[in-house]
Amino acid sequence: MAAVGEILDGKDICICAGSGGVGKTTTSAAIAVGMAARGLKVCVLTIDPAKRLADSLGLKELGNEARQVDPELFDAQGIEIKGELWAMMLDAKATFDELVARQAPDEEARDRVLGNRIYQQISNALAGSQEYMAMEKLFELHTEGRFDLLVLDTPPTRNALDFLDAPRRLTQFIEGRSLRVFMRPTGLAAKVAGRGASVALSVFKRIVGFDLLADLAEFFNAFSGMVDGFQARAKRVNSLLADPRTCFLVVCGPQGEPVDEAVYFHRKLVEAKLPFGGVIVNKVHYPAEQLRGDGEDLESALAEKLGEDDLAGRAAGNFADYQALAERDARNIERLAKELRTSGVIRVPYLDEDVHDLSGLTEINRYLFASNEEREAIAAGRA
Amino acid sequence: MDKRLVFVTGKGGVGKTTVAVALGMRAAAEGKRTIVCEVSAQENASRIFEHTEVGFHEVEMADNLWSISIDPDESMREYVLLQLKVRAMRDMLFRSRIFNYLAAATPGLKELVTIGKIWELTQTDRKVKRGREYDLVIVDAPATGHGIGFLQTPRTFAAIARVGPIHSQAQQLDRLITDQKHTGVAIVALPEEMPVNESAALEHDLREDVGVAVDRIYMNGLYPERFSNEEAEQLAELASAENGGAVGAAARAAVSEHNRARSQRAQLARLRRRVETPVKTLPFLFEPELDVEAAQQLARRLG
Repeated sequence: MAAVGEILDGKDICICAGSGGVGKTTTSAAIAVGMAARGLKVCVLTIDPAKRLADSLGLKELGNEARQVDPELFDAQGIEIKGELWAMMLDAKATFDELVARQAPDEEARDRVLGNRIYQQISNALAGSQEYMAMEKLFELHTEGRFDLLVLDTPPTRNALDFLDAPRRLTQFIEGRSLRVFMRPTGLAAKVAGRGASVALSVFKRIVGFDLLADLAEFFNAFSGMVDGFQARAKRVNSLLADPRTCFLVVCGPQGEPVDEAVYFHRKLVEAKLPFGGVIVNKVHYPAEQLRGDGEDLESALAEKLGEDDLAGRAAGNFADYQALAERDARNIERLAKELRTSGVIRVPYLDEDVHDLSGLTEINRYLFASNEEREAIAAGRA
Repeated sequence: MDKRLVFVTGKGGVGKTTVAVALGMRAAAEGKRTIVCEVSAQENASRIFEHTEVGFHEVEMADNLWSISIDPDESMREYVLLQLKVRAMRDMLFRSRIFNYLAAATPGLKELVTIGKIWELTQTDRKVKRGREYDLVIVDAPATGHGIGFLQTPRTFAAIARVGPIHSQAQQLDRLITDQKHTGVAIVALPEEMPVNESAALEHDLREDVGVAVDRIYMNGLYPERFSNEEAEQLAELASAENGGAVGAAARAAVSEHNRARSQRAQLARLRRRVETPVKTLPFLFEPELDVEAAQQLARRLG
């Protein structure tokens, strides 16, 4: 497989997807840096509340507006940013509010929604609303056309797929306007719907209480004028995701569980007919396959060089441990490549120091943008 | 740990499930009837036991140790059944599109019934058929961010539903979570920059915003200190002298190990400075896959 630079050639959008803890944020940032270095105007978006992206880009904080990263920061790392690098942290609530303001027919309708208690809950907490807002912001930025490439660090949901489903789930939810008629159980609609519906409603009312039901009814009422607008927009967001100029990169770790999740995720992308670009495996223990020598031989060879038996024994034992991990990683990656029917997987080695600053980012960047041969050569320099 | 209910939380990918299972093994070995609950339908715990999916059942994994995967829809059914008693009525209810729609549309209801099921598991007098009595309930909780929201659900819900049965039930669940005598949280961290920052923030939020007792932080995946600084220097020299070959690779691996172990110790010290909770370390396991034996190794280290 080609390096990231080739995969993203001619793309408008790169979406990094994967489960939590696999280094998605760092990978997204490194990709953005690399593409900006190639002369593009790039913006990287994250919705991670932990401010990791800001940290790794040397920014004190990120807001709901894109901010340009000082290119001089990268000079010291030997990277020349020929284009521009921008970053922003998505505020899901603020984005949702903006969207409501845009879709509302008038100020009164807008305020009724913004002031509704159910809305205040869903805009923060409803499963999928953060993800939906990430897509929404992506769409908005893409429509504005200010950037050559947008890199999205998807939210760290435990289930990496939530965001694919988010637009559909949210519009379904908002479509609840049809429920308004049932909120008046004595009305004509209830009679048409039959006894079942009114019993269901009364039981639900008994469980959650009248207040909550009234709030829900009010919410659907307030939203009713905006449903068509929301739906139309969600449709456009979906077609943007499926556009050939969009590219999904799956990010994972080399252990069994993250690899399983990457396989599952890839399958979902294919099912949804979304453009899969490649897979990046972080923190790989690079094997020294050709070096899998006899343990005892190695120990005595080490002892000869080090002149110390005890140290040689520990170094040999340590090497055996590393090799076992490297072999596991190689097995898992082989399985991943087979499942994804891709000849190559971009492997980023497990670095000695954990990656959280510019120099770490630069090092990851080197691997992502190197050709396969170059990458192997760099990695051979480390265990 | 003398708690009756323990939530295990932390950033994604830090080994929450393994630690939750190891805590369960430890308690079971001490003779406590223990159940480990998953709330995400991912069944990571049953995978550790190489067990086929447990689903919404209490399945015995080892002596004194059970596991359950709490599905919100199933929890909802069970809850409604306990509320309604009449099976026919419940069935009609679940066939009703309106009911399903409302249940799905009500923010936080899924999390609420999940916590409701956890509450039910902690009861000594269980109403569910064939329900066992447990001494300890361990929850493999959602990752940071979602985790805080999850534990706050009952309070949030009690505020939305101002009156009615669910209001008082939500309050009851909130009392369960904030009962510092019987309920606690264990945070799992990794010895790296960002996980340390997030764990410190998480500890603060759990204590201040949720009001739950944070009993312990587990620093997971700590590399052993295999080489002294002098030895590492010696090995580094050897690594640069040997180009290619097993000796050079082994020396480089040793230098790597030393660097990682050292930077991890610095992160451990940083975490200890930033939190009030006692931090306990768990070793990195040089195991290809985290299986039953790996969890048992960790369980022994938890003592």
